[in-house]
Amino acid sequence: MLHIKCPHCGMRSQNEFSYGGDASIKRPNLNKEISDQDWDNFVYNRKSLRGKHWELWQHLSGCRQWIKVERDTATHEIYYTLKADEDIL
Amino acid sequence: MSQGFRLENVGLINRNKNISFKFNGKKYYGYEGDTLASALLANGVHLVGRSFKYHRPRGFFGAGVDEPYAVVQLYRNGETEPNIKATEQELFEGLEAKSVNCWPSVNFDVGAINNFLKIFLPAGFYYKTFMWPKSFWYRIYEPFIRKAAGLGVASTKHDNERYEHKYEYCDLLITGSGPSGLASAYAAAKNGARVILAEDKPRFGGSLLTSDVNIGNQSGKDWADSIISELKEMSNVVVKNRSQIFGYYDHNMLVMSEKVSDHLPQTKKYHPNKRLWYIRAKEVLISSGSIERPIVFGNNDTPGVMLSSAAKEYLKIYGVLVGRNPLVFTNNDSGYETAIEFKKNGINPIVLDSRKNPDSEIIDEAKNFGIDIKFSYVVVAAQGYKKVKSADIASISEDKKQLGKIENIECDCICVSGFWTPTINLASQSGNKTKFKEDIDAFVPGTSKQNETTLGAANGIFSLEETLKTSLKAGNDLSKKITKKENKVSIPNVVEKKSSAHDKFWCVPLPKGKNYKRFLDFQNDVAVSDVEIALREGYRSIEHVKRYTTLGMATDQGKTSNLNGLQLVSEIENKVVPAVGHTTFRPPYTPISIGAIVGREVGKHSKPTRKSPMHSWHEKNNAVFVDAGVWLRPRYYKRGDENLFEASKREAKNVRKNVGVCDVTTLGKIDIKGPDAAEFLNRVYTNAWLKLPVGKARYGVMLREDGIVMDDGTTTRISENHYHMTTTTAQAANVLSHLEYYLQLVWPELNVNVVSTTEQWAGAAIAGPKSRDLLKKLFPQEDVSKEGLPFMGYKEGDLFGIKARIFRISFSGELAYEVNVESDNGNFMWEKIIELGEEFKIQPYGTEALSTLRIEMGHVAGSELDGRTIPYDNALEGLVSKKKDFIGKRSLQRVAFVAEDRQRIVGVVPLDKKTSIPEGSHLVKDSNAPLPNPKLGYISASCWSVEHDNPFSLAILKNGKNMIGEKLFVMSPLKNKVIPVEIVSSHYVDPKGERVRS
Repeated sequence: MLHIKCPHCGMRSQNEFSYGGDASIKRPNLNKEISDQDWDNFVYNRKSLRGKHWELWQHLSGCRQWIKVERDTATHEIYYTLKADEDIL
Repeated sequence: MSQGFRLENVGLINRNKNISFKFNGKKYYGYEGDTLASALLANGVHLVGRSFKYHRPRGFFGAGVDEPYAVVQLYRNGETEPNIKATEQELFEGLEAKSVNCWPSVNFDVGAINNFLKIFLPAGFYYKTFMWPKSFWYRIYEPFIRKAAGLGVASTKHDNERYEHKYEYCDLLITGSGPSGLASAYAAAKNGARVILAEDKPRFGGSLLTSDVNIGNQSGKDWADSIISELKEMSNVVVKNRSQIFGYYDHNMLVMSEKVSDHLPQTKKYHPNKRLWYIRAKEVLISSGSIERPIVFGNNDTPGVMLSSAAKEYLKIYGVLVGRNPLVFTNNDSGYETAIEFKKNGINPIVLDSRKNPDSEIIDEAKNFGIDIKFSYVVVAAQGYKKVKSADIASISEDKKQLGKIENIECDCICVSGFWTPTINLASQSGNKTKFKEDIDAFVPGTSKQNETTLGAANGIFSLEETLKTSLKAGNDLSKKITKKENKVSIPNVVEKKSSAHDKFWCVPLPKGKNYKRFLDFQNDVAVSDVEIALREGYRSIEHVKRYTTLGMATDQGKTSNLNGLQLVSEIENKVVPAVGHTTFRPPYTPISIGAIVGREVGKHSKPTRKSPMHSWHEKNNAVFVDAGVWLRPRYYKRGDENLFEASKREAKNVRKNVGVCDVTTLGKIDIKGPDAAEFLNRVYTNAWLKLPVGKARYGVMLREDGIVMDDGTTTRISENHYHMTTTTAQAANVLSHLEYYLQLVWPELNVNVVSTTEQWAGAAIAGPKSRDLLKKLFPQEDVSKEGLPFMGYKEGDLFGIKARIFRISFSGELAYEVNVESDNGNFMWEKIIELGEEFKIQPYGTEALSTLRIEMGHVAGSELDGRTIPYDNALEGLVSKKKDFIGKRSLQRVAFVAEDRQRIVGVVPLDKKTSIPEGSHLVKDSNAPLPNPKLGYISASCWSVEHDNPFSLAILKNGKNMIGEKLFVMSPLKNKVIPVEIVSSHYVDPKGERVRS
């Protein structure tokens, strides 16, 4: 079980969190023309990385904040955690 | 009482307390502090089971967790548990155990014929033999193999024991209470660190309990006792026996199984059987010691052949002689320690040492005791069937290839020592890349990956002095870093005998003309010849060899067999052992009860149960409940002998005719506040929200970004910047996370706050043509007339002194209202509604009637919004704004989503108007078409229409828009039904929606 440092609450066990996918994905702006391919990339296409990966987690059973976590998908090492409004490094 | 093999005045058992127990139906006696194994051996019982494949007689091989043979079926307090190691099971009064894998008895086992058929049962036998014909596998081969194989039998009864989980944090977790565990724990505890010391055995001390050493003028055992009692007094230390750390997981989390009650005749009241500890440690010190490994020779599985360390343990801890005429076969000095213990107790052992001319203090001591020692000698084969009767021995050449003349000598046990294998399981599980240590012929931990340090014998250090020194230092250094305090402990003076190097010899060659089985894996009956076959057939990877031969795959996970297996592969392949590599160590280290893993989350505790404030009223009024997510909801209210069908029909009819009331507390409720709330809703829902006036509700549909409907519900504008959103019961939590995601990450500029208020409000839906009359009685001061509270209107009212929210919304399709009050007042509200509704013939209705009412109205719910449908499919495209953007809008342009023949909701009626249609059935054009019959759609929900008095279903049908009036077939292979049906509009009742507006 991972041990994740919530930037708001501190170190907590993984079972308080839920996983939210790739944190580097930016939602396209509203009311903007967008090609099929770009939209497809936003909705569906994700890299299945081995190694460092910025991802979203929500501290569901805690402060309910969405946070950004840099985790190694192979070793589970966690390097950084950031608040929702902080830009990934 | 006869315990003929029990010594007087030796051992740590309590001789003042006799314990009776039964093995295979026969009564025996032992003492408090015995294991089942030591008590049986004290009674001279060596035959305890039959082997897995050949059904050869099996005795005891070890004295603890490494035991491959003595696996029994245990009976305790009316329950039974399989696969219990007799060497680990502590004796208690009334214990009963039986041998496994034998029929009709362990002494006369029919399956033993396999032993004579063994040339037909080589490695991979099952894979090769039962391949064809394919259809035989399920019916004949598998049931037969299952019956013949396997060890114990699982109980089919409910497990009445209780298991608990516990979460713990500490600075240092120390696994094992041998010399390294004690020393490191002591040093760390003195520095003020929070320490957990876990010992899997009942007694603390590990090897100190049996070794002949002195630490600081005390015997090893006395030193261990004094350290343990000091640690137990310290408030920063938790000391646990009978507790096995069995798994090392990510981020230094380890799991420990504490056997709380297994050693007692029955579990004490309020105590669990086992307690699983999830421990997050800053540092882990692995001091799990080592396990002696066997030397492989002919018939080395005969009962009476056992590890020399086990023989010593039975003698020193339990005062039990495993034989009166022992033979010790060793390639290192450990065998001599066992021989000396025998000699001290008046037994004359013979020592066979494969080494030519070793020299050490221990050997000198053995010589001084007058022990008969033969150097360059080996056991070629054990003789005897159910018990060792003699041994064929021979001298061996220096290159270990040539045997001398074979002699037969009498003996009743063979104690074998092939040196020591560090227990590296936990280190390896943590991700540590192990390395091979040449001088001990075994793997030890390499570079640490997590915060773990391996000490003592587990790290390949077999000298006590060195172990104590390095362990004290590690305990001190690691704790000092955490506590910033240092309280140095001095290293005690150690007296131990220096030993000489072991012989890199592990397998006795077969003498000419003999074909003895030489076993590597004792539990799974894997012999040298099996591994040879596997390699001959082309298996190279050690992982493949393992799976093909089952070497190391049994419940003991190869604790005594893995390294010898590697030695054999390396020899045949002509590779060094590290090049062969070892198989992956996976948790658990020892078998763990499923009950312990599950903990308290069984039966109704497997998930939380949520009840509405009106729950007890429902119970008193004969409600039959159904699980709705984590909620319990009334499914119907039973009157007399009614069944579900009759009751729900009555309830639904009464709504259509008079008035009904339904508990809708479970609906998800989200409070939305902030100046940008309207803008936010406008982006979340597909329809327009900017112009919704205060005091009005609106139905909305929200999508995921992929265009699929996520949820629906009504949202009401309570005041200028305050909205009340409802969600379906099942999606409430997901919708809240969804909203939080967009507010926190995507549109943080919006000034909006969301919070769940599901539990804060109790809700009652009042539906039916007489609902307005009832509402007037409930809220006499309010104007709830058609004009005063129009369809989709909202107002606050006073319900006999209680603040209430009144929504004019409808799921049933009738004139209907929903009243919300604060949860604490829920029951008051409900009873008022029932009381005042009496004159209008009110009846409560459950989820079944609720479904009926919405299905025949064609209102969609979870069974249509099933994560596969878009608004069009649910005939909700009218709610999709063309003007504004919203979540998921762009996806609705997908080619498949705009196809002419896109699936769409329809109604389905059986042509005979009688046969009910199973939910999940498929719609096809031709019921006789060859398989696979093309599927046109599926039945999403079915009911008995109370309006039309015939079955009616909703379906999602391909090209549904143009299929009205078509005749199709419903097919349900599961229910074996084919039903001719007609496709009709999904709005089967009141298609114009006049009633809700009435």
